[in-house]
Amino acid sequence: MEYQISSKAKRTIIATAAVGLVLFIIGIATNMDSEQFKTRLFSNFLIDGFFFFAMALGALFFLALQYATETGWSVAIKRIVEAVASYVQVGIVVLLAVFAVISIMQGGYTEVHGHHVGHIYQWMDPVIASDHSSAQFDSMIANKAPFLTQTFFWIVTIIYMATYFLFYKGFRKRSLQEDIEGGTAIHMKNFAKGALFLVLFGYFSSTSSWHWLMSVDPHWFSTLFGWYTFGGMWCTSMTAIMLLLIYLKKNGYLEKVNDSHIHDVGKWIFATSFLWSYLFFSQFMLYWYADIPEEVIYYTFRIDNYPVIFWGMFMINFIIPMLILMSREAKRNPGILMAVCVIIILGHWADVYMLVTPGTMGEHGTIGFLEVGLFMVFAGIFAYFVLNTLTKAPLMPKNHPYLDESKHHEI
Amino acid sequence: MHKEAAIREPLILGHKTYSDITEDVCRPIEGKAPKAWYIMFGISLLVGLYGIGCILYLLGTGIGTWGLNKTVEWAWDITNFVWWVGIGHAGTLISAVLLLFRQRWRMAINRSAEAMTIFAVFMAGLFPLIHMGRLWVGYWVMPIPNQFGSLWVNFNSPLLWDVFAISTYLSVSVVFWYIGLIPDFATIRDRAKGAVSKKMYGILSFGWSGRAKHWNRFELVSLVLAGLATPLVFSVHSIVSFDFATSVIPGWHTTIFPPYFVAGAVFSGFAMVQTLLLILRKGMKLEAYIHTKHVEYMNIVIMVTGSIVGVAYLTELFISWYSGVEYESYAFINRATGPYWWAYASMMTCNVISPQLMWFKKLRRSLLFTFFISIVVNIGMWFERFVIIVTSIHQDYLPSSWSMFYPTWVDIGVFLGTLGIFFAFYLGFARYFPVLAMSELKTILKISGESYKDGSAPTHDDHGGGGDSHTEAAPVVEEKVAEPAPVVEEKVEEVKEAVKEEVKEKLSDEEKSKRVSSLMEKLGAGDASNADDLKVISGVGPKMESTLNEIGIYSYEQVSKMTDNEYEMLDSITESFPGRAKRDDWAGQAKELMNK
Repeated sequence: MEYQISSKAKRTIIATAAVGLVLFIIGIATNMDSEQFKTRLFSNFLIDGFFFFAMALGALFFLALQYATETGWSVAIKRIVEAVASYVQVGIVVLLAVFAVISIMQGGYTEVHGHHVGHIYQWMDPVIASDHSSAQFDSMIANKAPFLTQTFFWIVTIIYMATYFLFYKGFRKRSLQEDIEGGTAIHMKNFAKGALFLVLFGYFSSTSSWHWLMSVDPHWFSTLFGWYTFGGMWCTSMTAIMLLLIYLKKNGYLEKVNDSHIHDVGKWIFATSFLWSYLFFSQFMLYWYADIPEEVIYYTFRIDNYPVIFWGMFMINFIIPMLILMSREAKRNPGILMAVCVIIILGHWADVYMLVTPGTMGEHGTIGFLEVGLFMVFAGIFAYFVLNTLTKAPLMPKNHPYLDESKHHEI
Repeated sequence: MHKEAAIREPLILGHKTYSDITEDVCRPIEGKAPKAWYIMFGISLLVGLYGIGCILYLLGTGIGTWGLNKTVEWAWDITNFVWWVGIGHAGTLISAVLLLFRQRWRMAINRSAEAMTIFAVFMAGLFPLIHMGRLWVGYWVMPIPNQFGSLWVNFNSPLLWDVFAISTYLSVSVVFWYIGLIPDFATIRDRAKGAVSKKMYGILSFGWSGRAKHWNRFELVSLVLAGLATPLVFSVHSIVSFDFATSVIPGWHTTIFPPYFVAGAVFSGFAMVQTLLLILRKGMKLEAYIHTKHVEYMNIVIMVTGSIVGVAYLTELFISWYSGVEYESYAFINRATGPYWWAYASMMTCNVISPQLMWFKKLRRSLLFTFFISIVVNIGMWFERFVIIVTSIHQDYLPSSWSMFYPTWVDIGVFLGTLGIFFAFYLGFARYFPVLAMSELKTILKISGESYKDGSAPTHDDHGGGGDSHTEAAPVVEEKVAEPAPVVEEKVEEVKEAVKEEVKEKLSDEEKSKRVSSLMEKLGAGDASNADDLKVISGVGPKMESTLNEIGIYSYEQVSKMTDNEYEMLDSITESFPGRAKRDDWAGQAKELMNK
């Protein structure tokens, strides 16, 4: 097909992943003896596994949104969105593997002086969740049993993953089919499937986040948690789409994509950053204001032990996009956009880090070679897989009923 | 240059010209109001006056005339306040958020929705003012230094944030609405015959002259205001939700409140827009501009926001159990099974189940059904606030103080009164203001107008009729008729050819003239000397007029005699727009025009 991964891109990706791997191994070697090593390793796989999966899933959501709302302008960048979404296939496998290992190890604890500590999911450990005679038994967690059990966790997780996988496959298949067949039948089907996906995703994005992330702090709860993680997910996906778009434009592809399209994606980054900040503020302010101990502990713990990461990621994810992307010119300037996107991606990674690490590692969490290395390995795999999907189909869709609107897009 | 795909449904039905838009919007303002308007206005005014009477009685007697008691010290008034503020969300959402999303269908509904927003916010503001007791020192809610008699306000209180949020929202909404009105006021000014109305609309239009520079500034300001108004749409109801969520009351203190209140507000706001617009389009004959597609879009918004609200209800319910906080669980069990179960049941059916019916295309395109659901949703959203407020506090931590809340006649009277005042305002608006954004509609006429999309419009634009020249021209001149996507176009052409051939085969010239003469027999002969302007009939363009004249139809009287039989005959003779005449009820329209 028209797009080929250039040897330069290949080299860069392999170099990133290789350097990452080396750092990761150094990280392992230097931390092997620490008491928290196992927890730290699992936490990182959960963080990166979820972060990159969510990036792809957000793109799948955006794709469905474009179909369901019959949006015209975005048709010309449809293949880019599909490419980012295609990583869900890898993301699902990775995340399921992480969950499987944690499940087999009953929550991934370390035994210290006969005590089970450093769980990823405390509720998976029978000593805590179901053994009434144990000294570590926690009735609060036990009371959440019908929801927080391995059986239920796995049933719903498989339903979520199967749904995401099948919808991705379906959208992609029909997208390529439309190139050949034309007509409006495929378009109407995409419209219906898009709406259906949004409904399922509307439920799953919340319920899955409770199981996968919120249960890391099994005592704590927040009704907004699901929408909050969703907001971050969506924002990150838009930055990934933007980065890919700019990369392809720079290399002379996508001649029909003009700066109005880029401006529009930039607006989405701006808007979703605000959405995330709004949800962050809503959850934070209400718990801070009411100051109920079992609720506010979540924030006081983070502020006391991770002040730099906690406040830093809020500043990065809110202030930077707000100040820089406010102006129209910035949203049309590839250099500025590229820089902002990279910063936002790091900022939202730190957000996911904040969702997981304080719950699993307590006050011992740090960012070192291990974290940086694993992130780079994942980033390399993600980039390679996404670019590889791009090589499989023409970059510009054909026969989409709104293609003409998109080609003549000007704002 | 903008393109619009052929498969998108047209937003302006029939063949309309720029002048038609001006005529259709200005006609109700320039003519006499129908009897129905006076009746509705009278009733609203009476109910409103009754409400004002109740407020005065309340002020004279004291807040004890409300049904509040020591446990439920916040009930009916705050419910109404939140309900009205919620309704006041749709207008600015439509004009600001949909502007940013470049939704062209908003242009037919934004003006009246914004008016509704502003009136609804007025009504909302009344309740806290009354509740504070002394209306005449209402300005004490502002941070005024102590020497003016008030106490410095408490900035920690979300109730004060409400004051700032709502007053900012109201002022931006009013400015936004008014800016949009200026060019349309100028059009009315230029057409006005009476000296008084010319003067009045002249003042209102700020000396608008329609020059390029004016349009340039106009569009710039609209965009900036849209950017400002969008965060306000979110902030207002988020802050209203903080009134409850910042507290430590089970059932109130939950983090999902801000976004879920916003979704609920949009939900109820759109329902109210539907209720009002379905009446307005009929009463003011704006069916060509606000038609099934607009209603369908709004129903989809109702469905989506209704579903978001539904997800939030279920999330709250789940977390109340998951949290393990027994008071939290009790609050929700009490809602569903306690003495106010009927309020909870109404809320659930009206808000969660009824919008799901909009998944059926038939239902969401049915105007009657939409009207019914829009009222159901507004009832449901009123109950939602009642459930959140009253059932969360009537059985609190101390069982000995548990009690029930029953509204008194004053409670009910004040609420009815706000409904009356609201409708009176709205009817006044419909009478004296351009209810559609004329200048904006003109920008989409040639992109989304039916006759421009299907190519039946004459290629040379006919500007005649209106008589108003410079404000008439649409700001965007560069628009061209959309080129339909190639595949669809081919299909359409194929079908058209097939239809034409079929008709031709059936109808010889001889047959045609026979039909013409039998048609004329029924309608009576007419002549060109006393011809009426048939273009006034909605659905008749200049092309159709000349066709009718060719047949021999010149006057309203002739058209008014048409029945289904004649429509069919006419269709077979003209071979264009089958079913058009019947759908638009030409005879009925002509009858009315005759009586004018």
